[in-house]
Parts: sequence; C-alpha cells; structure tokens
Amino acid sequence: MRSLFLIVAIGEPRGDTGILPPRLGGGDGDGRDDYDSSPNFEKRLRRARLGLLIGLTGILMIFVSFTSAYIVRQGLPTFDPRTNTMVRDWLPVRLPGILLLNTLVLLISSVTMELARRAARAQVSSIPGVSVGGEMRIFWLLLTLLLGLGFLRGQWLAWLQLTASGFHVAASPSSSFVYLLTGMHGAHLAGAILALLVAAGATVLRKPAESRAVVVDVTGWYWHSMALLWVYILCLLKFVR
Amino acid sequence: MATGDFVAHSAHAHAAPQSFIRKWVFSLDHKVIGLQYYFLALTAVFVGMFLSLLMRIHLIWPNVSLPLFGEMKPETYLSLLTMHGTIMVFFVLTTAPQGGFGNYFLPIQIGAADMAFPVLNMLSFWITFVAFMVLLAAFVVTGGPPLHGWTGYAPLSALPSAGPGQGPGADLWITSIALFCIGALLSALNFITTTLDMRVKGMSMMRMPLTCWAWFITAILGLLAFGVLFAAGILLLLDRNVGTSFFVPLVIVNGQITAHRGGSPLLWQHLFWFFGHPEVYIAILPAMGLCSQLVSVFSRKPIFGYKAMVYAMLSIGILGFMVWGHHMFMSGISPYTAFAMSVMTMAIGVPSAIKTFNWLGTLWHGKIRFTPPMLFAIGFVSLFVSGGISGPFLAQPVLDIYLHESYFVIAHFHLIMGVASIFGIFAATYYWFPKMFGRMMNESLARWHFWFTFIGTYTIFMPMHYYGMAAGLRRYSQSTEVAYIHNLLPLQKFITYAAFVTIAGQFIFLFNLFWSMRHGERASDNPWEATTLEWTTTTPPPHDNFAGHTPVVYHGPYEYSVPGAPRDYVMQTDPAKIATVA
Repeated sequence: MRSLFLIVAIGEPRGDTGILPPRLGGGDGDGRDDYDSSPNFEKRLRRARLGLLIGLTGILMIFVSFTSAYIVRQGLPTFDPRTNTMVRDWLPVRLPGILLLNTLVLLISSVTMELARRAARAQVSSIPGVSVGGEMRIFWLLLTLLLGLGFLRGQWLAWLQLTASGFHVAASPSSSFVYLLTGMHGAHLAGAILALLVAAGATVLRKPAESRAVVVDVTGWYWHSMALLWVYILCLLKFVR
Repeated sequence: MATGDFVAHSAHAHAAPQSFIRKWVFSLDHKVIGLQYYFLALTAVFVGMFLSLLMRIHLIWPNVSLPLFGEMKPETYLSLLTMHGTIMVFFVLTTAPQGGFGNYFLPIQIGAADMAFPVLNMLSFWITFVAFMVLLAAFVVTGGPPLHGWTGYAPLSALPSAGPGQGPGADLWITSIALFCIGALLSALNFITTTLDMRVKGMSMMRMPLTCWAWFITAILGLLAFGVLFAAGILLLLDRNVGTSFFVPLVIVNGQITAHRGGSPLLWQHLFWFFGHPEVYIAILPAMGLCSQLVSVFSRKPIFGYKAMVYAMLSIGILGFMVWGHHMFMSGISPYTAFAMSVMTMAIGVPSAIKTFNWLGTLWHGKIRFTPPMLFAIGFVSLFVSGGISGPFLAQPVLDIYLHESYFVIAHFHLIMGVASIFGIFAATYYWFPKMFGRMMNESLARWHFWFTFIGTYTIFMPMHYYGMAAGLRRYSQSTEVAYIHNLLPLQKFITYAAFVTIAGQFIFLFNLFWSMRHGERASDNPWEATTLEWTTTTPPPHDNFAGHTPVVYHGPYEYSVPGAPRDYVMQTDPAKIATVA
C-alpha cells in the first residue's frame, strides 16, 4: 500500500522556496563581503558603476524634463497687447562660435579621462592593496581637470557673448533655454571636476590602488556621460529651433 | 611593483563609531539614519497636524484668534494649507516609510551590513533635514509662507507680487522642495543599488520580503519622479528671480502688466503632476508592502499570491506614470488626452484589486492574532478600499469637473494617500519597535490608539465626502457666511470636533512611543514569531547587523503553518530539510 505520507522539503509546496540557495539569479552575498578576508575590487567596482548608472538615470530625467519644456514652450504663441493678436516669441538664438571650441575641448578631455581611467585600472594587481607601477599616474587626471576647467571658462565666455549680442537670459524663451541648459550642464560638470579633485587627492595621498581605481573609474564614466550630454544639448539647441 | 597601504574596507564597511557626534548625528549607520528620518517625520507630522487643526478651527469659528497666528486672514489660511500639504506629503509620507523604515530594515532584511553607499545615505538625510528647516523658515520671513498650495500652481507661484506669501516665503518653499528632491534622488540611488547588489546568499529577488519589493519599487518611482520636480522647481525659481517666462503668460497683477510673456501654466502642471501622481504611490507602496508582511505574519499563513503581489506593485508603479493628466481635467487638456488618462487611471484599479483580494485571501481561514500592528494593517486595508473606491469616480472627467474643487477630493486623497499611509507607519512602528529599541510597546495603549485613530479617521473623512458632493468647496478659508452651504455648517463642526478627538488620540501614541523606550517590557529577538532576517539577529541589531555572522537564505519569507514543521513558522535562514506531511 502506498504510504499516505510523502517526504518533501519544507517550502516545496510554495514553489520558490527550495531548500538550497539558487545557483542563478539569487543574492550572492555581496552585502557582507567586508566581513570576508579582503575587499573584492571587482565587486566594489561593479557596485560603484551600478550606483553611477542609477544616478545618471536621475540626471537624465532632469534633462528629459527640460527637453520636454523646451519643445512645448517653442510651440506656444503669446499674446501681444499692442496688436491684440497671438504672436510667436521664440527668437532663434545665434549660438556663439566658441561653443564648438568648447565642445572640442570637452571631447578631448573625455579622451584624457579615459586614459586616466585605464591607467588607474592597470595599477590594480591581483593582490589586494598591491599596486602595479610605482609612479603616480596623475598626469592624465590633471590634464582632464585643466580641460574641464577650460570648458567651463569657455561656457562662461559664451554666456558673455550671448548677453553682449542682446540675448540675455529673459530676452526670449529660446535664450532662456540656452542659459538654462548650458548652466545645468555646467553645474553637473562642476560635480565631475570635484570628483576629479577627489581622485587626484586619492592619488597624491597614495590611497590603495583599488580605491583610486574605483573613484577614477566612476568619475571617468560620469565624465563621458557629461560629454555625451553636452553633445546632445548642443544638437538640441542647434537643430531643434 | 609598489606596495600601497592595505585597507580592508569596501564601499560600505565602516567601524562602529565611538563619539556621540559620529554615532548619533553624522552617523553612517543605516539604522541610526533610519531613526533620524523617523524622528524628523514624527516632528513634521505634529507640525502638520497642528496646522490642520488651526484650519479646522478657523473654518467653523472664523473670528476666533488663533495661537501664533492671531485673527486669521484668508491668505493666512491659504499659507497654512500650503504648509500643511507640503509638510505632510514630503516630510511625513515620503520620509517615514521609505527613509525611516526602509533605511533601517532594507539592509537587514536582505542580509547586508549596511546600505551600498553610507556616506550618500548620511548626505540624503541631512539634505532632507536642511530642506525641512528651509521650509519652516518660510514662517518667519516677510509675508510668511506661500499661498499657492502644495502643488505650487503657476502663475501664482511664479510671481512674487501675487500675494503676501509669494515673496521670500515662496522662494524658500521652492528651495526646500528642490533640496528635498536632491536628498530623495540620492536615497533612491542607494535603495536600488542596495537591493540589486547586496542581497545575501540565497536571497533571490523572489525570496525578498514584500517590504523590500515595495521599497525597491518606491525607489525606482522616486528616481524617475523627483528629477522632474527638481527640473520644474529650477524653472520656477528662474521665472521668479531672473524674469524668464517658462510658466508665466502675460498677466496683470495689481493693475500692472508684468514683464512675462508667453509662458504656460499648464506646463508647470504637466511637470508637477508627472511627479505628483507617482508621489501618491511613493507614499503608499511601502505601506502596501508592510501590510502584506503583517497580514501574513499575524494570520500565520503564507501571503496569498506572492508573485501576483510583486507584479501588482510593479504594475501600479508603471501605470502611475501614465495617469498624471487626471489631475488636470479642469485645466483644459484635450478631451482625447483626458479620455486616455481616464482609462489608464481606472486600469490601476486592477492591480489594486489584486492586492486587496490577496490580503483578504491571506486573512481567510488564518489563525489571526489581533496584535496592534495587525490592527493597523487591517485598518490600512479598510482605508485603502474606502479611499480607493472613490478613485474611479474622480477618474472620469465628467464627474471630476463637478467634484474637483470640492471637499470630495480632499476626503478621497486623505483617506487613501494620507491616512492609509499613516496607518502603514503606525503598523511599522508597533511591529518593528521591539527590534529597534529592544522593548515592547504597551499593548493596551496601542489598542486605544488604534480605535481612536480608526474611528476618528472615518468620522472626519466620510462626512467630508458628503460635504463635497453638496458642493462644499475646498481652499475657501471660511464657509460660515456662504448661504448655499449654510445648512451644512453642523457637518463642518462635526468634522472639526472629530479632528480634535482624533488628534488628541495621537498623544497616546506619542506617550507610548517614548514611555516604552525606557519602561516597555523587554523584547525577545523574535517576539512576533516571524520568519524574515531581522528576527534572526539580536534585539536591537548590532552595528554590522549580524555580529560578523553571514546569514544564508534557504526559504521564502512567508513560510507559516508549514504542514509537519516543528513550529508554525520556518525562518528564512533555517537550513533543515524537515520531513513534512504532504
């Protein structure tokens, strides 16, 4: 006679409660690796990159909102009390030529940032806390820093040129958006410059190679994102008018 | 090859701090930061309640001189309304469930030692704290707080000359909201990374407690929504202070034509409500997750339809981004847009109903323990249904046009977004207090608190529906001299009396909270006989949450009344393969 009693593992009737941890798709215990024997560089790097990706999503939403406002505002007529008619007040802004030079500077800085990122990554050896290459590879970081500051200075000059040509911030909705988008991008790039200073500081203070590499790596990806964002903004201002 | 200093610290590892400042003020410990958020929200909720009481008093006794405000002018009423809404929505409903309990328990429930980025976590809290201080500063500047409501509709919010509170008070309001957004974005980043990357071995996504799912989805909503509000806030600040015209059309204020041209007040509304509607779910999703947890724990049954609950929350989150237009039926949007928004809004009823039926299905034939957290969880379900049922009414443009400016809307969103979420906060407090403070809260006082609050809530907000249907208009500072609703004045008085009693009941909670911290009965490590990871560690948890031990998860979070098991619950960390009767 077949037994009425079956031996089953607890949780089996519930579907997703096997007795053993799943091999795939489950937590891998990264949250507690600091209580293991050593910090795991790859895991730290992965976590920092994931955080950056999520942070960039938040920043993306800010610029998506500005873009949406830009397109909506562009199509809105305004009431002219002198003629009692609805008129368009969107005056296409003649963008200063220096913006192209600034773009070039930022793109070059992206290249130097990438070199700095790769250099920092190459210093990490398979032995935690041991770095490969004794010299401080700060050159590319400093060059990126200088180029970044040069870009911001160039943006400031572009603002001055715009104001001088009559396109001050409230002159027209189009000029308002030029100041808004360039200003907000500049503020975000200033954040990247701050991160670069931290990365340079970590190098000067001879922090562990893993820590340096993580800081430089996420700063590098953030920097590239800001360069890409700038190209997008420039295209928006130049071609969607 | 050179040798650098070896420091065995990963991004979130930090030693237990010794000094008072590092331990309790600028702490990196997620548990302390969770408590900081919680007590910030507790302070905020009493400020918000005080303001609501002043409004209720003024509504029925318009000539009474009020504490701190004296004889209230209509604009003072509006400024109280603005501050009440802003404080409650941002600094209570967004702060306590996510920042407070989420911070404290997400890492423990997934077996992590801390959040992914402790420094960002600390920054998030302190930015939120500064945002609150900046908001309160609006009370003391010239003109006082702004009049434009928590929704900050332009052009009123965009013109400093539009009213007494629209000067520095409005600038402080916008600054506060922008700061809050930054704090919320940093916090969302931390929650998502922690959930995705720091789960302990065996903790697959589908083994996470539903509380963790709720915090995770809430963080995603926050990440996508707060950036939009931040952007809108920047545009508003520029309109006010630099003279741009993003939101302000040509308007005449005090007989003067302003310099603004061509801006769109509707643009503000689109941006605001793109944030504003997900914000409703940011407030209530954590309470849904917690309610699911508690209904299972105290019914001694697995949650009915775990995966359905997860997918329902995800659906609510996704649909929540597609319905912002239902706040704008009165604002002049295309009827086609209104129709689409209306249909999508009613579609949210489907996952909401799935959740409700699953809660009821869990309760069905359960061995229910009517503990204080369970009472509040059941109260949450009740309020969710009562408040939600009026949602489909308001989702229809033809009805909304009649009801939108009435108290019906106030009653609707207070029940479902306000008090239901607050019930979630109360339930969480009673449930996790033993783990946080090592003592039990007084049960008798908790029951008194529940019945005061539960009955009080209904006595306040059910009559408000009727008052709205009788065309009682919201935002009006007084209704005693309005002829057509004069007959409803007794109803208004009843609501105010009920508010007095209900708010008085909250002092029972406040007393119980602080009294129990010192005098409550000592709590065991697992007083509720629950299965999730926070109940496997000591009470209160050590600095690293599990005292150097790394938990491994073998089961789902809701293994209750498993046939043949030695107890009626199986801890998530229980590795035993036990013979059971099928």
